[in-house]
Amino acid sequence: MSGPHYNFAYLNEQTKRMIRRAILKAVAIPGYQVPFAAREMPMPLGWGTGGVQVTAACLTAEDTLKVIDQGADDTTNAVSIRKFFVKTANVATTEQTEEATIIQTRHRFPETPLKENQILVYQVPIPEPLRFLEPRETETRKMHALEEYGVMHVKLYEDISRFGEIATAYAYPALVNDRYMFDPSPIPKFDNPKLDQSPALQLFGAGREKRIYAIPPYTKVKSLDFEDYPFTLPTWEKPCAICGSKTSYLDEILTDDQGGRMFVCSDTDYCRKNQVAK
Amino acid sequence: MYVAVKGGEKAIDAAHQLLAEARRGDPSIPEISTNQIEEQLSLGVDRVMNEGSLYDRGFASLAIKQARGDMIEAIFLLRAARTTLTRFGYALPLDTAQMQIRRRISAAFKDLPGGQILGPTFDYTHRLLEEVLVPEPAKEAPQPILADVPKVLGLLGSEGLIELEFASDQPVGDITQDPPSFPMSRDQRLQSLARGDEGFLLSLAYSSQRGFGRTHPFAGEIRLGEVEVCFIPEELGFEIVIGEMTVTECEMINQFKGSGNTPPQFTRGYGLTFGHCERKAMSMALVDRALRAGELGEERSAPIHDEEFVISHADNVQATGFVEHLKLPHYVDFQSELLLLRQLRQDKDRAE
Repeated sequence: MSGPHYNFAYLNEQTKRMIRRAILKAVAIPGYQVPFAAREMPMPLGWGTGGVQVTAACLTAEDTLKVIDQGADDTTNAVSIRKFFVKTANVATTEQTEEATIIQTRHRFPETPLKENQILVYQVPIPEPLRFLEPRETETRKMHALEEYGVMHVKLYEDISRFGEIATAYAYPALVNDRYMFDPSPIPKFDNPKLDQSPALQLFGAGREKRIYAIPPYTKVKSLDFEDYPFTLPTWEKPCAICGSKTSYLDEILTDDQGGRMFVCSDTDYCRKNQVAK
Repeated sequence: MYVAVKGGEKAIDAAHQLLAEARRGDPSIPEISTNQIEEQLSLGVDRVMNEGSLYDRGFASLAIKQARGDMIEAIFLLRAARTTLTRFGYALPLDTAQMQIRRRISAAFKDLPGGQILGPTFDYTHRLLEEVLVPEPAKEAPQPILADVPKVLGLLGSEGLIELEFASDQPVGDITQDPPSFPMSRDQRLQSLARGDEGFLLSLAYSSQRGFGRTHPFAGEIRLGEVEVCFIPEELGFEIVIGEMTVTECEMINQFKGSGNTPPQFTRGYGLTFGHCERKAMSMALVDRALRAGELGEERSAPIHDEEFVISHADNVQATGFVEHLKLPHYVDFQSELLLLRQLRQDKDRAE
């Protein structure tokens, strides 16, 4: 018995067309969550199938693909997704941010600034920024339609009154193009400012939740805050222990069981380039 | 100097190698064939076809073998294979009244036109482990297979005791082509339930029997057998039979107190599955009826009444994916939380 035949980048052309239509709509209405008929992919839902479908729909034979997870090219899931596209689309791959035409990411925005004609594809677990305040999709769609975002501001206010600051460290909500509140996916809030006015097209795919949304190039993205409690970025006391970067997002690595720890860049490509430059 | 431990690629290759060995088990024991799975683990094959939403016994058997008997993994494999198949159109609705019946029971009537046919069922076996499972030679000639047996609910309908159902002229939804939106129409809901996890639907149905959203059900009719699948190819313009499939159908009869202009009458819950999946068909019928509470003007008080809750969480491929994704690295987010927590604790210490 032989297995089924696979099309370029796995999905058949009708499916890709359907996804491209959803992407076009998403680009036309920045930040709006466009429902799409997500398919089952050969990797589990919740492991990047939305991103994989968006990438599959965007990919051409001339593209150069980079896949990162936690900022790194060689985390297991990034390796697995990259292999999938090598196998099903035979595309060129790279670890270098500036060489890639499509970058699929989970949980990070690369440290190297993106350019025009690059596409950043995010894997999104929960596309709805209001989901943990209102579990019902029927309600949250209404709230978006009416631009009724007070409940989120109340949540942020409650954080401040309880903790003295906004206690959201990742998946930090922002407003796109002064209209739709959106969830930047669980990237650290450290990355939020990079989404603002980015020259690259940013696409967000949520497979299990069947939603696609987008931030077109050079679009305003404003992280929510208050005048007297402005949005702030986390800081580290030490630079990256490998490359010395003081501006990149650092992962904490435990080096022994005596409390020893060090901080290193989560973006492995960026870190390696810094080392070479030294 | 510290070098970050990565090597994801090597680790994955090694894990796949170990998986292949674990799948094969002790090499001195003969390898199981997909034919054996198809023939001898046929109910497992049926379940995988249902929740995998693909009627293909060969693929389903292969999926079970490849998944080492992990049914949700096998279902997932089948769904992924389904994604790649070419769609060439929709079959006509199955006519289950024309089923070649192998099993047909009604808990509502002792006897009825067409009779009760037990067929191949565990129902009245004693659940004692037996070492020899070879069938004894049949003492009587097997029951003839029946066709054209009237539907039990149709018999009630002629008295006006049960709600009538009418074919809709609306096009039938397709949850695999259009993303679901709430509230759902009943056809979309039934499609979602048909691929929903058997265990989840079973537990929901059970909860309604125990008082969390009572539905007062009777198993009006359960039938198992083969039906023809008909299709109108565009180039022919008329109906042809393209195959036959085994299905299980369950029609539940439920009490209804009546409301407004509607006199008290029985209402229906419907379940239909590929192959022989009776537990699933019954659970589906109970959940279907419970989800009609709004339409029938009943109070919606229990989890089973909540369409968004039920439908959004019934798909085990979605559920297992998201639960198991917690195994993926979350270093970056965890780091953010660590930073935040330390910050909050510092703030607190300073304040004190």
